Amino acid sequence: MEKRVTQIDDQTLLRLHRDMLRIRLVEEAIAERYGEQEMRCPVHLSDGQEGIAAGACLALRKTDKIVSTHRSHGHYLAKQGSLKAMLCEIYGRAPGCVGGRGGSMHLLDDEAGVLACLPIVGTSVPLGVGVAYAAKRTGEDTVVMVFLGDAVMEEGVFHESANFAALHSLPVVFVCENNNLSFYTSLEVRQPDRPMTDIAKAHTITIKELDGNDAAAVFEAASGAVTQARKGGGPSFLMCNTRRWREHCGPRYDYELGQMTEREFEALRTDCPVARLDAQLRKAGLLDDVGEETLRAELGREISQAFEFACNAPFPELKTAGDHVYA
Amino acid sequence: MPEIRSLNGAEAARMALFESMERNPDVFVMGEGIADHGNFFGTTNGLMEKFGPERMLEMPVAENAMTGIAIGAAMMGQRPVMSLQRVEFVLLALEQIFDNAAKIHYATNGRYRAPIVIRVVVGRGWGQGPHHAQSLESIFAHFPGLKVIMPALARDSKGMLIAAIEDDSPVICIEHRWIHFAKGPVPEGHYVELLDGPRVRREGSDVTIVATSYAVLEALATAEALEKVGISAEVIDLRVLRPLNLGPVIKSVAKTGRLVTIDTGWTTYGVGGEIVATVAQECLGDLKVPPRRLGLADHPTPSSRSLTPDYYPTPEALIDCVGEMVGAQAKQLEAARADMAEHRGDLPLDVPNPTFQGPF
Repeated sequence: MEKRVTQIDDQTLLRLHRDMLRIRLVEEAIAERYGEQEMRCPVHLSDGQEGIAAGACLALRKTDKIVSTHRSHGHYLAKQGSLKAMLCEIYGRAPGCVGGRGGSMHLLDDEAGVLACLPIVGTSVPLGVGVAYAAKRTGEDTVVMVFLGDAVMEEGVFHESANFAALHSLPVVFVCENNNLSFYTSLEVRQPDRPMTDIAKAHTITIKELDGNDAAAVFEAASGAVTQARKGGGPSFLMCNTRRWREHCGPRYDYELGQMTEREFEALRTDCPVARLDAQLRKAGLLDDVGEETLRAELGREISQAFEFACNAPFPELKTAGDHVYA
Repeated sequence: MPEIRSLNGAEAARMALFESMERNPDVFVMGEGIADHGNFFGTTNGLMEKFGPERMLEMPVAENAMTGIAIGAAMMGQRPVMSLQRVEFVLLALEQIFDNAAKIHYATNGRYRAPIVIRVVVGRGWGQGPHHAQSLESIFAHFPGLKVIMPALARDSKGMLIAAIEDDSPVICIEHRWIHFAKGPVPEGHYVELLDGPRVRREGSDVTIVATSYAVLEALATAEALEKVGISAEVIDLRVLRPLNLGPVIKSVAKTGRLVTIDTGWTTYGVGGEIVATVAQECLGDLKVPPRRLGLADHPTPSSRSLTPDYYPTPEALIDCVGEMVGAQAKQLEAARADMAEHRGDLPLDVPNPTFQGPF
């Protein structure tokens, strides 16, 4: 049996709930305003997957680093990347986290430890391993968390990177978000029926499969993996099963595209990571209607203010388009 | 003044690695087969003994991840010198090179840098065939954000590699296998040869020959033969393909009125095409005759030596090309060709020209 590595305290549970709800409300606000056509870049929303982002990132220190994918809003926010900088980036404004050069698929917050979020499937995986390798070389105790999706398991670069991470016992935690979909193609069309964790296991990497919609379980597993990595025990692979609620790219729900029926979608949505923890907190007497209302109002204010800031922020100057080609 | 020794290109590159690793502990060499008995074509001898396996990092055979790992480490301030024994190996890593190495500085709004050097070797001769003898510089040179260099002289093999390692941008260093054999004067100690553009290697007044890497050495030998028959060729060593600075070429063409380019790769979409296009834009009126481009024949590299005589642009082809452009007499060209033939002696065409001493 798995040894419990942490005893999750009430404050941590409340924090997980808050972090998840914040991501949810941001994604919903983006979806709601996307039709205004002012956020003129592709957005890959992560509603439904908040449990993994919140649980995994809370196991990290501020100085630890993450790399992520095209669907990175949740990871960025959970690692406490600046909401204003993220929204400015999506709106193409100068105070955006990379000055309007990247859009939603290229988020970065250096101070928060969000190193690189990159859209080509698998591309950020070796970068994260390289960052961990540099930490090992220089004797820093940084842990690098590499977020990846189930489709990355089909890419050769995962195998190449995992091999190196295991060979050098690097401080890496691979967090695989298995949402069963690549674009709209489901897993069984893309991979044989085998535990995806076997791929990591074959590289001698510590593995764990868990319910990604259980933020507390993700936090617990991630904490164990992070501790192992920091102590020089090498990489882990956490396979977190979840579902994406919205279309691959854009603000609509998958059922609106005919990818599933509304009934199927509603069934899917009953397993909501936010609602699940919400119920748990209420049962434990840690949250009530007033508490939730207060929290939602507080997050809502922050989000409205960030949108207002982004919508009123200046665009980057045209003359800077060619800056930073060479260092 | 530092002492100057006669070294070949491989020894010069080795000195560059040695000096760079000695000066900066963040510099490390990574790659495949970097310290076996072959010592990466004689460019890494003794480095393992001196610096140990952590700074001479043997990598798994996984070029794409290796490149990403190098970029990730470089973003954290390390200075990896990734080394691959053939340029073809790096084709497995193009996604990392083009999407991340070339763009991480730009796409992070200047926050991160990727100061990596990727050394790749272009093979030629001894039947290396379709997958071991491609010169793919024009692919890399297409991308803003990459620096692409092709040293020719031994002095540059050292000084440009040191400059590349010290550069804060990613640099692709393309080393033609045959420049490893070419000897030349190389200063001792640390020095840099700036990655700022072409150098005029030989002055002349009748024609401008622009070449890269090994083709520079052949152009210089050919220019000497042409000089003896009264044709004065200016030879420009392009050195840096990206960022491209063609100022010295335009200046030279203004003087000579004639331009020949020699690609070490294929001519179509090659470096010569870029040079000719820029010259046409900038100083078309200075050209007395249409420019000419030499390069590889338009097919993959065959292995058998019986199939390669027309594959590489030979000194004889360059003599004929220049002769036509300047309106030389057949007699003159015959003499120049004979000179080059004598120079070459009985040496087969699939080994380097004997001017460039060293064992094959």
